[in-house]
Amino acid sequence: MHGKRAAIWPLKPGLRAEIGTTVAQDTLGGRTAARLDERSFAGFDNYIAVITNGAFLPSIWATIRIVGGSMILSLILGLLIAMLLDRKFKGRALARTLLITPFLVMPAAAALIWKYSLLEVNTGMVNWALSLVGVDPVAWNTDHPALTIVFTMTWQYTPFMMLILLAGLQSQAGEVLEAADVDGANAFQTFRYMTLPHLRSYAELAILLGTVFMIQVFDPINIMTKGAGNTKTIAYLLYERAFIGQQVGEAAAYGVITVILTIVFATLALRTMFSIFTEEAR
Amino acid sequence: MSATVATSRTDTSPPATRERTGPNPFTRRKVIGYLITLLTWVVVLIFFFPVLWMIITSFKTEGQAASFPPQFFFTPTFDGYSAVFDRGMGLYLLNSLFLSVGSTIVVMLLAIPAAYALSVRPIIRWQDGLFFFISTKFMPIAASIIPVFLLLRTLGLLDNLWALGVLYLGINLPLAVWMMRSFFAEVPIAVVEAAQIDGASYSRELWRVSLPIVAPGAAAAALICFIFAWNEYFLANLLTAVVARTTPPFLGSFVDGRGQFLAILSAASTIAVLPVIVAGWLAQKRLVRGLAMGAVK
Repeated sequence: MHGKRAAIWPLKPGLRAEIGTTVAQDTLGGRTAARLDERSFAGFDNYIAVITNGAFLPSIWATIRIVGGSMILSLILGLLIAMLLDRKFKGRALARTLLITPFLVMPAAAALIWKYSLLEVNTGMVNWALSLVGVDPVAWNTDHPALTIVFTMTWQYTPFMMLILLAGLQSQAGEVLEAADVDGANAFQTFRYMTLPHLRSYAELAILLGTVFMIQVFDPINIMTKGAGNTKTIAYLLYERAFIGQQVGEAAAYGVITVILTIVFATLALRTMFSIFTEEAR
Repeated sequence: MSATVATSRTDTSPPATRERTGPNPFTRRKVIGYLITLLTWVVVLIFFFPVLWMIITSFKTEGQAASFPPQFFFTPTFDGYSAVFDRGMGLYLLNSLFLSVGSTIVVMLLAIPAAYALSVRPIIRWQDGLFFFISTKFMPIAASIIPVFLLLRTLGLLDNLWALGVLYLGINLPLAVWMMRSFFAEVPIAVVEAAQIDGASYSRELWRVSLPIVAPGAAAAALICFIFAWNEYFLANLLTAVVARTTPPFLGSFVDGRGQFLAILSAASTIAVLPVIVAGWLAQKRLVRGLAMGAVK
């Protein structure tokens, strides 16, 4: 018996691979960057440039508005759809299957289809649907670029929110709801005082994970707006500075600031996730 | 869990409760129930419509695709599809397939033993191991792209499928470890102990005894890793050019297209999107747990 419960070897290959592919390249790559620059140390010049050139704060606002807007919309829609699916009707499995599809669509394809097929000003389906109810064509792509991003992201992330909230709804004990029914609670009271509090931890999880995914958003912005009209998020700004503006040092400073902000947020997120999964107790 | 609970519980959502319907089939509750079902299908149609419209448009000519008001009835043509392959999409699809399948296989081979050592036979301080894996997932890729790019350029590994594959391995491994951990956590401890008493070696206990029990979960984890690798655009767009180009950046190149390109774009998107949609539909029962990294069953 060589330490039956504590054998660490099965973990090691995976652990090494993960360190090799994530942590190591950052440190190694960082050193390479310093060498390529041919100057020893720029001090805090890059950070001062980042703060004074006036692009960083607007990009934080753009990120908050796009991520926040898509988050709120997809959470509300996801909750409504989860409630619609949390009852028995013919073809429920099919409805659920079709509803998760937007999340599976390649983001690059989704961005292209929304921009050129659905939101196009002259031939788009959205404007056609609006024309049926007498609304004049809207130039979505040129006049409302931020909205087009929010539409696309909401469409893609609503199924994600819906799946997590539906899991929450279905984990609600049937007896509790029946007891509420017997006690004479109406549908609204049951929802307000039983279902919503139960859903809280699921909604928190959905928001945290949704934020982690959405804050990295790059594909629709690069394809649909190229950062025009209040859509220059931090991720896109960093890409633009490094690969279009060739300001690698400045972009690296954005990167470091992003990492710090992410660490603050992730610590919060992880604590919540750990508390959720330790609750199931093994 | 969700499936069994969902079916065993009778309908308890606010609007229509089955037991209440009484003898008259046209009671108010029942009518409301039908209306809600109708509303559900309308919502389903709205959400599915962009995908449906993409598939419909892919069978049009460019002229039909650009017509307004939109044409719903037309003679289908495969011109868009043949044009897509004339543009060389075949190579990009093969690259994507090689990358997604290859990285997924390696991820699963690494993730299964790792997850086992973090759940069924927890190592000392297994929480720290788990924490490390998940923490790498919270790092925005954009923030680490500069060191990655410079490193690959120095090593001459830009536009290289293997380099991209290694990066996808790093992206998907934490997800797979977390998912597998949550599946392994449900293996009955008695089964594991029985295998140990029978003198099974560690690897036999892992691969022959425990893994078959969680096989459906492992398949779902693999499918999700495949989906993420197949759909990845950011790294592929920056780190590949010609030889190792994958499907998403190829689609992105339509942005610069001049003239009418809606039909061919729809055909290319349909080809790119369908494998993943089918994979997702197959994995949907366990999709939610994977996406929630095991925190939701």
